[in-house]
Amino acid sequence: MPPTPTTSPAAAAAPGADGAGAAAGRPRAGGPGRRLGRSGGRPPRREPQGPAWIFLSPWVLGAAVLTLLPMAVSLYLSFTDYNLFDPPSWIGLRNYVQMFTEDPRLLRSVGNTLLYVLVAVPLQLALALAAAVALKSMRRGKDFYRSAFYAPSLLGASMSIALVWRALFNDGGTVDNFLSTFGVHTGGWVNRPGWALLTVALLTVWQFGAPMVIFLAGLQQIPGELYEAAAVDGAGRWRQFASITLPMLSPVLFFNLVLQTIQAFQVFTPAFAVSGGRGGPADSTLFYTLYLYDRGFTASHMGYASAMAWMLLLAIGIVTAVLFRTSRSWVFYANEEGH
Amino acid sequence: MSAHATASPPSGRDVPPARRARGRVDWPRVALHAGCLAALIVLLYPLAWLVATSFKPADEVLSSLALLPSRLATENYSTAADGIEGVSLLQLFGNSLTISLGAVLGNVLSCSLAAYAFARLRFRLRGPLFAFMIATIMLPHHAVLIPQYIVFNQLGMVNTFWPMVLPKFLATDAFFVFLMVQFMRGLPRELDEAAKIDGCGPFRTFARIVLPLTRPALITTAIFTFIWTWNDFFTQLIYLFEPGKYTLTLALRTFVDTSSQSAYGPMFAMSVIALLPIVLFFLAFQRLLVEGMANSGLKG
Repeated sequence: MPPTPTTSPAAAAAPGADGAGAAAGRPRAGGPGRRLGRSGGRPPRREPQGPAWIFLSPWVLGAAVLTLLPMAVSLYLSFTDYNLFDPPSWIGLRNYVQMFTEDPRLLRSVGNTLLYVLVAVPLQLALALAAAVALKSMRRGKDFYRSAFYAPSLLGASMSIALVWRALFNDGGTVDNFLSTFGVHTGGWVNRPGWALLTVALLTVWQFGAPMVIFLAGLQQIPGELYEAAAVDGAGRWRQFASITLPMLSPVLFFNLVLQTIQAFQVFTPAFAVSGGRGGPADSTLFYTLYLYDRGFTASHMGYASAMAWMLLLAIGIVTAVLFRTSRSWVFYANEEGH
Repeated sequence: MSAHATASPPSGRDVPPARRARGRVDWPRVALHAGCLAALIVLLYPLAWLVATSFKPADEVLSSLALLPSRLATENYSTAADGIEGVSLLQLFGNSLTISLGAVLGNVLSCSLAAYAFARLRFRLRGPLFAFMIATIMLPHHAVLIPQYIVFNQLGMVNTFWPMVLPKFLATDAFFVFLMVQFMRGLPRELDEAAKIDGCGPFRTFARIVLPLTRPALITTAIFTFIWTWNDFFTQLIYLFEPGKYTLTLALRTFVDTSSQSAYGPMFAMSVIALLPIVLFFLAFQRLLVEGMANSGLKG
C-alpha cells in the first residue's frame, strides 16, 4: 500500500518539486547553499559501486517485481477479458469503450469522487491553514493543541472511526438529534443520497491535523523581520496575511494540495463503511475505488478493473500535471532569488 | 484565565508600566484559546462518544441521548472478547499484531538500506532512480493491485499474511525511504570519512555509524508503519478471507452490513480495542511523530 502519507515528506520536495530529480543526491552547483556547505569533500570517483547495489537490492527487486512489472501487466490486462481462472483473452479497447459509453455506474462513481475531492480537500486545507495560523501566534499551549489536533489524522483511516461516523450521522444519531434541537430534522445523513457523501467529506475534514502540522512548520520558517517591516509600513493583519504569509507559504500550500488531492482520489475505508460496502444509498457514495473493488474482486472482471486502475492513474497524473502547471503562476519560491 | 487580570491593583498611576500592560485583559488571546478549546471539544467528541457508547447497556446504545451510560456495562467487552465467527478477540488482535510487526521490521530494514545508498553511496543512475523512487510515493496502489494479486495468488500466498508483509521487506513504501534519506543527509559527512580512515567499509559504516544516528527517523518509520498497517483495510479485505486469518479491521468489517441492534455494543467495544494501540503509540511518541515529521519534511 503506498503509505497514505499523512504528513509532509513531500513538502520537502517542494522547492525542487517540478523536477523531482533536483531533490536527488547529485550535489549540483545551483543547489541550496546548505547542501553545498555540508557535502564538503566529494568521495573519490573510483569508489566501487558494488556495495551500493547490495544496499539497494531489496528496493530494486521491489521496484521491478512489485511496481514496474505489475504496472505493465495491468496495462496489458486492461485490454483483455480476464476472470483470474481462464487465461486472459485480448479484446482491444473494449473495456475502455464500455467504461465511457455503457457503464452509467462508472460515470456515477467518477462524479461522486470528483465532487468529494472538490468539497473535502479545499475545506480540509482551509481549516488546516486557519488552525496553523491561529496556533502560530500562541505562546502557551501551542504544542498541546498541535498534538491534539493532529491525533484524528492517525485515527481517521481506521474502520473503528468509520463505524463511529456512520453511527453519529445515522437517523437518530448524535448529529441528527443535535440538529433537531434547532428544529432541523435531517432523518440521518448516511441514508440520504446527497448527504451521505458529505459525511465522508467531513471525516476527511476532521483529519485536518496532518496538513496543519506541515503548514505550521512552514509558517515558522517565515522570517519575522518580514512582518516587522510590514508593520512599520502600516500593514494590518489581513494585509500581512495576504502579502507575506500566503506567498511565503505557497510552496507548502501547493504540496499539501497535491498530496491531499492524490489521497482523496483513493479514499476507500470510510466510503465502504458508510455505504455498507456497496456505495449506497442509491450509489451516492459509490466512489471510484469502491467500484473498482466491486468490478475486480466481487464480479471478477479483472480486465475491466485493470482498465479502471489505469484510468485512475491517468486521472491522477493529469490532475497533478495541471496543478504543477498552474503552480507557476501562484507558487512563490523565496530561495529562487538566492542564486 | 483572565482572573489575575482583574485582581491586579486598581491604583492606576503608581503601577509601573510593565505591570499595567500585564494587567490588561488580552481579549484576542482569550478568544484564541476559547476557540481552540471549542475546536478541541468538537474534534474529540467522536472519540468520547465511542468510549462512552462502548460501556452502554444494549438498550441505551442507540436510543439514549445522554453521552454517558446510566451504568458502566462491561458486557459489551465480554461479548467482544468472544470475537466473531468462532475466532476469539485475542486471535484477531494477534493476527493484526503479527502483520503490523512484520511490516515494521520489513520497512525499517529495507528502507534504511535503500536510504543509505541514496544518501551516501555513489552509483550509476542514482539521479534517475531517486526520481523514480519519489514518483512511486504518489503512485496509486490500484495501478499495481490486480497483477500483485495475481502474483500472490500464483505463489499460493492468498489468505496468508505474506501479501501484507513481504512487500515491506522490498522497500515498497518509498515514503519512508525518502524520510530516511532526508534524515541521513543531515548527518555530518565527517563521521563517514573518519570511519573510512579507520578502515570501515560501507557496511560497517552503515551499521556502526549511520544507523545508530538515524534512530529518530527509524522510530518515526516504525510507528507510522505500525499505525498504517494496523489501520489498513483494503489490502486485508482483498487477501484474507478465512475467519481464522481475520484481523481486527476485518472483524469490524463484518459489522458493516449488520442491522441487528444488539451487535452495536460489542462492535463499539471492539472498535475501542482496535484503536487502543494507536492511541497508546500516539501518547507515548506524540512529540516525535508530530515534530519529527514536520521537520524532516521541510528540511532541504
